[in-house]
Amino acid sequence: MAIFGRILGLFRRSRLDREIDAELREHMQMCIDDNVANGMSRREAERAARLQFGSPTVARERVHAEDAALGLDSVLRDVRYAVRGLKNSPGFAIVAILTLALGIGANTAIFQLLDAVQLRSLPIQKPDELSELRIAGGSGGFGTIDSAYSYFTVPMWQEVRRHHDPFTGVFAWRENGMLLGEPSESRRIDGLEVSGEFFNVLGIAPWQGRLIEPQDESSCELSKVVASYGFWKSQMSGIPITSGTTLVVEGITVQVLGVTPPSFFGMVVGDHFDLAYPTCTPPHPRREAFVFSVMGRLKPGWSQARASAYLAALSPGLFENTAPTDYSSNEIKRYKSFRLEATAAGSGVSYLRKEYDSSLRLLLAISGLVLLIACANLANLMLARASVRQREIAIRMALGASRGRLLRQMFIESGLLALLGAALGMALAQPLSRLLVASLGTSHDTVHLDISTDWRVLLFAACVAVVTCVVFGTLPALRSAGADPMTSMKSGERGTTGGRERFSVQRMMVVVQIAVSMVLLVGALLFVRSYRNLVTLDPGMRESGISYGFFGFSSMNIKPENDAVFKDRLVEEVRSVPGVQNAAATTNIPLGGSTWSHMVRTSAGEGSSRFSYVSSTYFATMGIPLLTGRNFTNHDTNDSALVVIVNESFLKRYLGSAQTSGKAIGQMVRVMPEPGYPERVYQIVGTMPDTKYNDLRLEAEPQAFVPIEQLPVTAQGAGMGIMVASGDSAATMDAIRRTMQAKYPQMIVQLFDFEQGIHDGLVRERMLAMLSGIFGVLAAVLVVVGLYGVLSYLLAQRRNEIGIRIALGARRVQVVRLVLRDSMGMLLVGVVLGTGLALAAGRGAGALLFGLKAWDPVTLGYAAVLLAVVALLASWIPAHRAANLDPVDALRTE
Amino acid sequence: MAKNDLQGALDLLILKTLSQLGSMHGYGIVVHIRSVSEELLVVEDGSLYPALHRMEQNGWVRASWAVTEYSRKAKFYALTAAGKRQLADREKNWQDVAKGVEAILRFA
Repeated sequence: MAIFGRILGLFRRSRLDREIDAELREHMQMCIDDNVANGMSRREAERAARLQFGSPTVARERVHAEDAALGLDSVLRDVRYAVRGLKNSPGFAIVAILTLALGIGANTAIFQLLDAVQLRSLPIQKPDELSELRIAGGSGGFGTIDSAYSYFTVPMWQEVRRHHDPFTGVFAWRENGMLLGEPSESRRIDGLEVSGEFFNVLGIAPWQGRLIEPQDESSCELSKVVASYGFWKSQMSGIPITSGTTLVVEGITVQVLGVTPPSFFGMVVGDHFDLAYPTCTPPHPRREAFVFSVMGRLKPGWSQARASAYLAALSPGLFENTAPTDYSSNEIKRYKSFRLEATAAGSGVSYLRKEYDSSLRLLLAISGLVLLIACANLANLMLARASVRQREIAIRMALGASRGRLLRQMFIESGLLALLGAALGMALAQPLSRLLVASLGTSHDTVHLDISTDWRVLLFAACVAVVTCVVFGTLPALRSAGADPMTSMKSGERGTTGGRERFSVQRMMVVVQIAVSMVLLVGALLFVRSYRNLVTLDPGMRESGISYGFFGFSSMNIKPENDAVFKDRLVEEVRSVPGVQNAAATTNIPLGGSTWSHMVRTSAGEGSSRFSYVSSTYFATMGIPLLTGRNFTNHDTNDSALVVIVNESFLKRYLGSAQTSGKAIGQMVRVMPEPGYPERVYQIVGTMPDTKYNDLRLEAEPQAFVPIEQLPVTAQGAGMGIMVASGDSAATMDAIRRTMQAKYPQMIVQLFDFEQGIHDGLVRERMLAMLSGIFGVLAAVLVVVGLYGVLSYLLAQRRNEIGIRIALGARRVQVVRLVLRDSMGMLLVGVVLGTGLALAAGRGAGALLFGLKAWDPVTLGYAAVLLAVVALLASWIPAHRAANLDPVDALRTE
Repeated sequence: MAKNDLQGALDLLILKTLSQLGSMHGYGIVVHIRSVSEELLVVEDGSLYPALHRMEQNGWVRASWAVTEYSRKAKFYALTAAGKRQLADREKNWQDVAKGVEAILRFA
C-alpha cells in the first residue's frame, strides 16, 4: 500500500525530498547534541558528527535509490536532463533525429507495404473462417483461364454449390472489366461479378440500399448493380440510393441497388472494384472456361485440412460430371485427375504477393542495412560526444553518482533520440509508402492498397526503434560509464591518454559501414544493370512507333459469314488512316499479358506451342524477317491448304532432325483438338527467328503463326486485335480513334502504346532498381559522413603528434600519406569484408536478376572503385587540414 | 543451507532493535545497537537510512513523525506484522549461519 502513497507522492516530490532531508538533518543534530553532552565543544561536535555521517549528498542519493516512486521521478529528471543536453547541441540532435527518422521511416514504409500486401486480413466478418477452393497444384494450363484466380468453370461451381458440407455457405466471383456510359463515350471501369451468396457469406452489410442477393441471379440480362463506396462518392456524387437510381453500363440502363461499405475493396488485395453485378447461370455454360474463384466460410469445427479431405473425396465425381468434350482422351484424363483443396483466404488473394513478396523482403533487408549504417554513424557521433563530456561524467562519478545511474542516463538520452526519430519516421512512413504504391502502378493500371498504420506496423516501428537505440547507444554508454574518473579528470577534455582502444572501436565501426555499404552498392548496381538489360533487350521485333488496339463489335451484329470480310476491311481501313505505316490483325498481342497455346504433334515430337492467328502484314508491321519460306497470302483461307510459320525454338523442340530451317519447309504439324478448335494438320511454309512472347524475362518459346483467315469458324469472335506501325504512335492512335468513331459509332475501340506497355511490365524491376539505387547512394553518403567524422576526430586527437612531426621536418606529403594510409587501410578491410557479405547475400537475389549473375565481377569492381572514390573524398579535407597544420599553434595548445 | 548471507545482518539488527524498543528513530537505532553490543557493532549512518526506507517500501516497518524526549521532531519507525514475520525468519536463518560458521571454525 505504501507504494501507492509514494506514487501519488510523486507529484509532491519536493515535499518527499524535504522529508528525507529533514530526517537526515535531525539525525545529524541528535548526534551533535550527544557529542556536546559528552563534553565536546560545539565545533568539535559538529565536525565529529559530519565525519561519522559521511557525505549527506551520497546518503540522500542512496535513500532515493531505495524509493521506487522516487526512482520513477529521477527517470523523469534524467529525461529532462537529456532534453536539455540535446537542446544545448542542436546540430547533433537534428542530425541524429533526421538520420533515425529517415532510416526508421524507410523501414516502416516498406514494412507497411508488406503488411498491406501480405499480412492484413480482409475487412469482413471473421476472416479466418474464409477458405478458397482451388485445384491442388493448378490446372496446368488446361482450357481457357480468365485470370490468375480462376480455378473454377461454371459447371464445377454448380457442383460445389450443391455439395458444400464443410461450409456454411460458398460463393463464386471474378473480376471483369465493364464499360460505363453510352458506347460513343464509354470508359472502362472495374467490375466484380458475384454469385448471390457473395455478400451474405462474407458478412458485409450495405452502406446504402441493399446488396446482391440470391434472387438477383435469375436473369442473364445485366439489370442490377451494386456500387463500391469510392465509385458512389466520386461518380455518383454520393446521392442517396432509391429504386429509381440508374446507370448506363455496357450500353444498358441498370438499376443501382445499393452501396458497399468504404472498407470493402473486393477480394483482390491491390485491386478495387467500381460496380458489382450478379452472375447468372447460362443454359449451356462452356465446360473448358475457367472463370470463377470460389470461396466458402468454414462451419464451426471444420479446419482447412478437414475441408480439403472432404473436397478430395468429392473431386472424382465432380470432375467426372463436369469434364469438357472435344479434347484428346489424354487431356480429358488429365482433367478428371484434378483434385480440389481448401486454403485459408482470410487475407484475400493477390497477384502482388507472388510478384513482390521476395522483392519487398529484399528491400526491407536493404533498408535495414541502411539503418544499421546510420546507427554506426550515430554511435560514432555519440562516442565523440561522450569523450567531450568525459570531464562532466567524471565529476558526477566523483560526487557519488553510481555507474548504473550514469548508464541509465546515457540510455535515456539515446532512447529519447530513438523515440523522436521513430515518431518522425512514422510520420514519414505514410507518404513514403504511398509513393511506393504509386511506383508500383503503371500508365493504365494503378495499384489500390489501403495503407494504414495498424498494430503490426506500430509494433514493427517500436521494435526498430528499440533495436536502433540499443545498437547505437550501448557502446558509448558502456564506454563513458566505465571510464575511470581519476584519469579522465587529469587528462581533461582532450583525452590525450584516451588510449588506442576507443579509436579502434571507431575504426571498426567505419570498417563495418564500408562493408555494409559495399553490399548495398553491389545490390544497387546489380538491380540497375539488370533493369537496363531488360529495357534495352531486343525482343526480336519492332517496339517504337508500334501501337495496338482492341476492336469490339459485338453490338454491331455482324453475320458470321461476313465476319472474315469485315475484319479484313477493318484492317485495311486502319492501314489507310493517315500516318499509319502498316497494320496487321492478330488474335494475341505479344508481351501483352495474355497467352494462347495448342498441343501439337510432329514427326519428331509432341508438346505445346504458342499460337497466334495473324494477317499477312503482321511480320512486316512488327519488323520480323522471315528466315526461309514464304509469307501468308490472300489465298491462304479455310478453303485452301492450312499453313503455318514457326520460329526457331519450335524447330529445335519439335523438328529436331530437320534442324536446318530450309528442311523444315513442307513438314506437317498436327494440332490437337479442343473446344472450338477441331484437330487439324498444318504445313510449314516459312520459318522465322525467335521473338519474345509474353514475358521479356523468359527464354524464347516455341511459337507458331497461322493466317487469321484460317482461324476455325467456330473460334471466331466479334472482336480482334490490331498491331499498328507508325512514326508517331500517340498521334496515330488519336487519328485511328477518331476515324473509327466517325465510321462505326457502335464499335468499342481501345488503343495502347506497345513500347509503353512493355515498360509497364517491368515495374518490379524499375522499383527495385530505383529503391536499391537510392539506398545505395544513401549508404555511400553515410559512409562519407562517418569516415569524415572519425578521421577528423582522430586527427584532432593526434594534433600534437602531427605538430611535432611537422616541426621535426615531416613534409606535407608525408602527413597526407599518413592520413590516407589510415583511411585506405579501413577501406581495404571493409571492401574485402563487404565482398564476402555481398557474395553471400547475392544468392538470395539471383532470381530477381536478369542477364547477369549475383557474383558479377564487373559489378563488384564498380562498387569497390566507387567506395574508394567515396573514401578518398571523405579523407581529403581532414588530410589537407592536417598537412596545413601550423606546428607552433598545435604545440602551444599543449 | 541457510539462505541468508552476512549482508542481511544489518536488516536483522534493525528489525530486532525495533522489536525490542517498539518504536524508534534512526539515530536511536544506531545508539541502541552500539551500546547493547558494547561498541562492537557500529552501524554506518550512511547505510542505515537506505535500509530503513527499503524496509518501509517492503512494508516491514511503518514510519511516522513524532517528538523525541529531547523535544526534537524525528521520524519514528515501528515493526508491522510482516516485519515481525520477517524478523522471525531472519533470526532462524542467522542462527543457522552462525552454527555453520562456528562448525567451520572449530574444525581442526
